[in-house]
Amino acid sequence: MSHDTFRPEFPPEKAEPVTLDPKTFSQVAQNVRKVDGPGLAAGRPAYVDDIMLPHMLYAKILASPHAHARVLSIDVSAAEAMPGVRCILVPPDPVKVTTRQENVITWRVPRVTHTTAGQGYPEPSPYDSVLLDCKVRLVGDKVAIVAAESEREAIEATRKIKVEYEVLEPVFDAEATMEPGAPVIHDQADFNGVLGSNPNRNIACEMLAELPDAQTIEEAFKESDVVIEGRFDLGYAQHCAIEPHASISWLDENHRLVIRTTTQVPWHARRITARVLQIPERRIRIIKPRIGGGFGSKQEVILEYIVGAVTLRTGRPCRFVMTRSEVFVFSRTRHPFIVKYRIGAKKDGMIHAIDMDAIQNTGAYGSHALTVLSCAGSKSLPLYNKTKGVRFHGRSVYTNLPIGGAYRGYGGTQAAFAIEVLMDRLAGVLGMDPCAIRLKNHIREGETSPVFAALGEGKEGTAQTLRSVKLEACIMTGMEKIDWNGKRGKRFRDGSKVRGVGMCALMQGSGIPDIDMGSAFIKMNEDGSFNLLVGATDLGTGSDTVFAQIASEVLTIPHDRVIVTSSDTDVTPFDVGAYASSTTYITGNAVKRAATRMKDEIVNIAAEMLTVDPQDLEVKAGSVVTLDGKRKVSFPQICLRALYSQNQRQPMAHGSNFSSESPPPFAAHFVEIEVDLETGFLKVLKYVACCDCGTAIHPKLAEGQVEGAVANGISYALTEQYAFDEGGRMLNGSFSDFKICSTRDIPPIESWLAPSYEPTGPFGAKSVSEININGAAPAIANALRDACGIELRSIPFTPERILAELKKKAAEKESSGTRPLVKA
Amino acid sequence: MKVSFTFNDTPVAWDIHPGEVLIETLRRLGWYGTKRGCNTGDCGTCTVRIDGTAVNACQVFTASLDGQSLQTIEGLAGRDVSTGQAVLHAVQENFVRSAAVQCGFCIPGMVMSSVALLNENPSPTDADIRRALDGNLCSCTGYVKIFDAVRAAAEEMRGGNACIARASEGAGASR
Repeated sequence: MSHDTFRPEFPPEKAEPVTLDPKTFSQVAQNVRKVDGPGLAAGRPAYVDDIMLPHMLYAKILASPHAHARVLSIDVSAAEAMPGVRCILVPPDPVKVTTRQENVITWRVPRVTHTTAGQGYPEPSPYDSVLLDCKVRLVGDKVAIVAAESEREAIEATRKIKVEYEVLEPVFDAEATMEPGAPVIHDQADFNGVLGSNPNRNIACEMLAELPDAQTIEEAFKESDVVIEGRFDLGYAQHCAIEPHASISWLDENHRLVIRTTTQVPWHARRITARVLQIPERRIRIIKPRIGGGFGSKQEVILEYIVGAVTLRTGRPCRFVMTRSEVFVFSRTRHPFIVKYRIGAKKDGMIHAIDMDAIQNTGAYGSHALTVLSCAGSKSLPLYNKTKGVRFHGRSVYTNLPIGGAYRGYGGTQAAFAIEVLMDRLAGVLGMDPCAIRLKNHIREGETSPVFAALGEGKEGTAQTLRSVKLEACIMTGMEKIDWNGKRGKRFRDGSKVRGVGMCALMQGSGIPDIDMGSAFIKMNEDGSFNLLVGATDLGTGSDTVFAQIASEVLTIPHDRVIVTSSDTDVTPFDVGAYASSTTYITGNAVKRAATRMKDEIVNIAAEMLTVDPQDLEVKAGSVVTLDGKRKVSFPQICLRALYSQNQRQPMAHGSNFSSESPPPFAAHFVEIEVDLETGFLKVLKYVACCDCGTAIHPKLAEGQVEGAVANGISYALTEQYAFDEGGRMLNGSFSDFKICSTRDIPPIESWLAPSYEPTGPFGAKSVSEININGAAPAIANALRDACGIELRSIPFTPERILAELKKKAAEKESSGTRPLVKA
Repeated sequence: MKVSFTFNDTPVAWDIHPGEVLIETLRRLGWYGTKRGCNTGDCGTCTVRIDGTAVNACQVFTASLDGQSLQTIEGLAGRDVSTGQAVLHAVQENFVRSAAVQCGFCIPGMVMSSVALLNENPSPTDADIRRALDGNLCSCTGYVKIFDAVRAAAEEMRGGNACIARASEGAGASR
């Protein structure tokens, strides 16, 4: 492997003539005060569980002890006799139910197939779930639900339910599950699949894209001077939002069902809840208050219809808050993947052919199965777009293990690990610098990839030509910040410890093109302030603040004059919700549109007041001024007149936005590590994340997105794993046994936001929330290669795995006669 | 049973269930500022201060508070009586300024641990800050901005400004 110092042939790219100059903006591209910051720092009651309603019931599930079993009969009579029990939900036929029904409402829930994935309609996930089923498919699956006067009474009562199971053979292996004769997990007649579903072979979905065709791809491999391949195994991980999933429901004075819930997707939650409870959407109101982190786990409709069913049957408020161990197995996870890549390249380092084959383990249910699978291709393959041929083949399979779902990165994380580790191997084979090979191959401004059109979310995608790609600046800056040329290939030793540096390049998207829609409504108040109503869902990302900035920039006022109300299906206009890195890009443009129309309306009223033509007016610092600057009316004067005096009307405006483009953000991550060759212990010394997210509307919050995602990625790479017993029961469902990074684990993280402007985004913004979780695993793996020449193809990089690889390598070297780094 | 102690500078005698842990009592009585993240003492979200020391409220029997002094996040911020605006403690204020508040769920616990640190050690090193906050998990920030916030708060508090009056003077740190 060559470790010649890499000097780029071309000068660093000049700063583009960007129309955005932060100095000319007063609200956007500024670190304004986060609108919900003070209240949250003061501990104000803000989250779902920060209320207690009179006569509220507490719901708990009876969880399956078996990974795969048929529920033959349920006897709830002893549970019904327990103190405090008010309502028990049990599965429909053919489960035999024994009940006494005295003072307790025991209800056989109807069988309505659905997907719990909170996605657009029609949902691209298989309809393989029902509220309560006659079959359980993982340890922790719900068998029955008890609601009681207290949480403790509910838990006690679940223990008194007697269930007769017919235990079935489980299947846990993602490849074995597809074999003929494997136990069939979804054998129900009402299974309703998606693209490529084959439930008899436990295949949730399957997709194939060959670009431009199979023959050309094989030609491209034949023409390649070097072909490398590798198989990568990625296991389970969980979002670990610090707030557990929670829902509280009640009936309002008009007997409508109100659900206050930890959701990223209020409208999808309403639609799916309406379906499962078989009531129209108009009878349901979903309210998302402040949310304690989501990262995708709350893009899932799990609890809303449970509390809703109890409230509808009892008339009483109902609360369900997951325990931490329930969050690990009863909510959703990052899909485990087996990713195989074959890459063909020319001697000069040009990548000529890519063949990707992904097997995704979706667990017991196919939530987000197809879309995470296709995003594994669509969020990784366009990055190196100068190929002659690209193939993507993906299968999602059912096993009797925890359920996959949306998780920050959404398939891109798993794919990035595999391809970015192979890119470094390829660089080594060709004797190139890892940065150089990426600079040579990555997609550039004005370019496209056939993958954009071929792979969408569960269907064909949308072609696009990229307008903002500042990956080169990210790579150059990262090289400088980590001292790439001073450290790469140097293998600095300190006793048994050796150092190395590694990097990777990344892309993601900004919303789902032609699908995602966000909208905004704005109205004016007498003091010159505005109410901005958006359906978009601030999970802690700061989107409410970002929208206040966008609207106030347009309206030339300080951002705190815009009062943001978000995510209430009765009050705010529609939004698809917080996912796919869409909120700033998609809803931000809706806000900008609504604010611009609002501004026009304000000018019209001012024109009436000043009896001048609207064209002769401009809006400046919260007033409307004649172009000669001689006469002006302030926003409060305008609103007072409009509401009370003449030609009365509410100054208001609205805007919707969807996009046929999904401009990818780009990032280059660099890491320096130290490995102890005697223990296999890996320490991250420094992490540099350089990101092109377009304009950062709130730079510090954008940096926070980068840094948080990096930390999340580091624990994914180093420590997070699910341990199961032989029966499929998770053994480590707690923060003491499932390790996420704490303050003492986290290395110094430096984030850098590239000067960039996306012409289609609001004030030049793209997305930033997901991409930066994808880098830690490949960058650290590549640093391991630099430090000690090993290639890890499974995460997490535990000391055991590293040591095993070191010993394997030492044994290989010994047999080939070279001096090993460590003794075999 | 009844337990008598000082709650946010006010002597109280609360009716509690024997065996109840502090996080349950607080939330049952409507003190929602202390959040619950795991209930097993692993995440630090429910951190409060008992006699000045940061502890997990899910790991303390309420009955054991007898005669002690309990401070929760509600006891840290004041409120300007004329405007109703929060008057934040220097630590809270700097968490906001540093953009250390993303989802905010871990923040009350982070703030309580930070206050406990800064009262003991007004000039903490980065290692001191990491050690003091090691029991408080955050999934949003990667801790970078949280470290910024604690450093900035330390500096501000060394300058004698524990409670930053943003509105008018006269509102103290206690409720």
